[in-house]
Amino acid sequence: MNMMTEAAVEKALDQRMNDLSYKMIGKDVSVYYGEKRALFDVNLNVRQNTVTALIGPSGCGKSTFLRTLNRMNDTIDNCRVTGRITLDGDDIYDPSIDVVELRARVGMVFQKPNPFPKSIYENISYGPRIHGLARSKADMDQIVEASLQRAGLWNEVKDRLQESGTGLSGGQQQRLCIARAIAVSPEVILMDEPCSALDPIATAKVEELIHELRSNYTIVIVTHSMQQAARVSQRTAMFHLGQLVEENDTDKMFTNPDDQRTQDYIMGRFG
Amino acid sequence: MSQVVTPTATVPGARTPRRDIGLKKRYAAERRFRAYGIAALSFGLIFLFVLLWSVVSKGYTAFQQTGVTLAVEFSEKIIDPQNQRASNPQVLLTANYPVLARNALANALGVAQNDRAKQKELGQMLSDGVRSQLRDMVVADPSIIGKTKTVTLLAAGDIDSAFKGQINLSVPQENRKVSDQQVGWMNKLAEAGALAKHFNTGIFFNGASSRPEAAGVGVALIGSFYMMLIVLVLSLPIGVAASIYLEEFAPKNRFTDLIEVNINNLAAVPSIVYGLLGLAVFINFMGLPRSASLVGGFVLTLMTLPTIIIATRAALKAVPPSIRAAALGLGASKMQTIFHHVLPLAMPGILTGTIIGLAHALGETAPLLLIGMVAFVANFPTTPMDPSTALPVQIYMWANEAERAFVERTSGAIIILLLFLIVMNVGAILLRRRFERRW
Repeated sequence: MNMMTEAAVEKALDQRMNDLSYKMIGKDVSVYYGEKRALFDVNLNVRQNTVTALIGPSGCGKSTFLRTLNRMNDTIDNCRVTGRITLDGDDIYDPSIDVVELRARVGMVFQKPNPFPKSIYENISYGPRIHGLARSKADMDQIVEASLQRAGLWNEVKDRLQESGTGLSGGQQQRLCIARAIAVSPEVILMDEPCSALDPIATAKVEELIHELRSNYTIVIVTHSMQQAARVSQRTAMFHLGQLVEENDTDKMFTNPDDQRTQDYIMGRFG
Repeated sequence: MSQVVTPTATVPGARTPRRDIGLKKRYAAERRFRAYGIAALSFGLIFLFVLLWSVVSKGYTAFQQTGVTLAVEFSEKIIDPQNQRASNPQVLLTANYPVLARNALANALGVAQNDRAKQKELGQMLSDGVRSQLRDMVVADPSIIGKTKTVTLLAAGDIDSAFKGQINLSVPQENRKVSDQQVGWMNKLAEAGALAKHFNTGIFFNGASSRPEAAGVGVALIGSFYMMLIVLVLSLPIGVAASIYLEEFAPKNRFTDLIEVNINNLAAVPSIVYGLLGLAVFINFMGLPRSASLVGGFVLTLMTLPTIIIATRAALKAVPPSIRAAALGLGASKMQTIFHHVLPLAMPGILTGTIIGLAHALGETAPLLLIGMVAFVANFPTTPMDPSTALPVQIYMWANEAERAFVERTSGAIIILLLFLIVMNVGAILLRRRFERRW
């Protein structure tokens, strides 16, 4: 009887894994840093063409979860990930999956703008170049222009593509990093507190950009700002002490959450 | 829980606590510390100045050389009395050329041919180097035999020293190397304009010689050049590859910790130990030739490697992790991340470390003593397998010589070595400026 139920659950899950409205599915994801466990059996699904916001107090594991989605945790020596994460139904931790290809499909934007200390053009063209996306110089020019256009940066930098990317303002640098991520045509973009180092005006621009990108990309964003989560996301997941507390539509999350802890956190009682 | 805790400082009526306790003391401590710093700096600068002044004041005269300009008659009677040169070219090589020079000098000073004692003293005024100088002229162009040409001949080392005022002429004649007669001739020639100081190109191009006026650092320069080339070609790739592996790829465990500790220790091993190692491994075991700059280069490579590895690892560590994350996040492989982004950013640090390592190797003497590079090498080495010396070893050897003229040459060679070191260090600074980027 019990066996039957488990099999049924498994089957249902498998079906869900193949459901294309879910771009990425995390099942029982746990992360260990050496002996220390940072994530406890997180089950979280990321929907196609949706902005999913991850919120929670510092050290709750939201960035850790984000980094499991494109295996950036691999670069940390003693980090171990268990559970299953799929991208379009394929287990991304399967040995047959190449991490380089995965990261081309799941791009990342970091907390601090980190353009390469090279020209703006080289910043954008680096990704397409290593993945062989452009056949000619004209192709590359077109990719660079399109990426900068989409990141809303083209008009500001079109006359100084050969100048250093580090010479831009903080907000421009972050949009350059987003353009750089877009340039390799990813399917999912992960953003780790992309606005925490920016002023309100630059933040507004990046938020607007996230809004526009949603039609073409699936976006997962970690943020410390509740207002930002409310503004940019359609789905919100709340983490606390390495556990997923609640995942819901953003509107419901901020008006009538199911979990008391979410309520408390959003009201500013802890965290 | 709802109690409000009032900070005591804001209790009305309480006196504001004094904030200026010990303020004067703190400022005094700061002033004292600055004074110590300035004192230490001045101390260092004074010593640097004294060192440079002593070297330069002793050594600058080495770049000038006394020469005698004379009308030399290439007399057939002396060079080829039996007129055999057509059938036996050997004659031109073995002819008694110094006599030509002595006769020219005697002519200029009006000394009689049959005054043997004076003739002998005259001969001592000219360097033995005139033999090869005149021979080379005749061999190059035998048609000058029988003609008279104006030639600038090298004065002997003692005359050179006396003319530069380095020999005390007030002591009795028996106690110095130049006689009163020679000094008289010297002054007479100088008045006539025949004896004069010229720029000394010989010190750069000549090989070893027991006659100071003909000795130069040419062989040592070539030896040092070969060794620097070998050190650069070997230690830069090996050192950088080792550092990249240790820093980026190697797992962090006890074994790599042990390697790291050992590299740091190797950097502190006395260089003479490397000389012993080189002697045992390269010469005794591998059978490479002694005194060869190849072996010297190998030994100095071993010595330079730890320096380069430490500098490169520090430079790699200093590259912000955000750059690595950016490249990895784009789907660059680890190798691409390192070679496209991390290494270019670490380049200034690597180059600086390498040049400082090279400069260190250039000035190293002790290990070279053990592999036989302290040698009298008059022939120019054509390959790194040939015997040669090195600049610092040449300085060491000249410092052991007794003649007054070698004292100035020792300092002159030190000046040459210091110039090379300054050029290398300036190069390191320029490279760092050129490659330095902001992030």
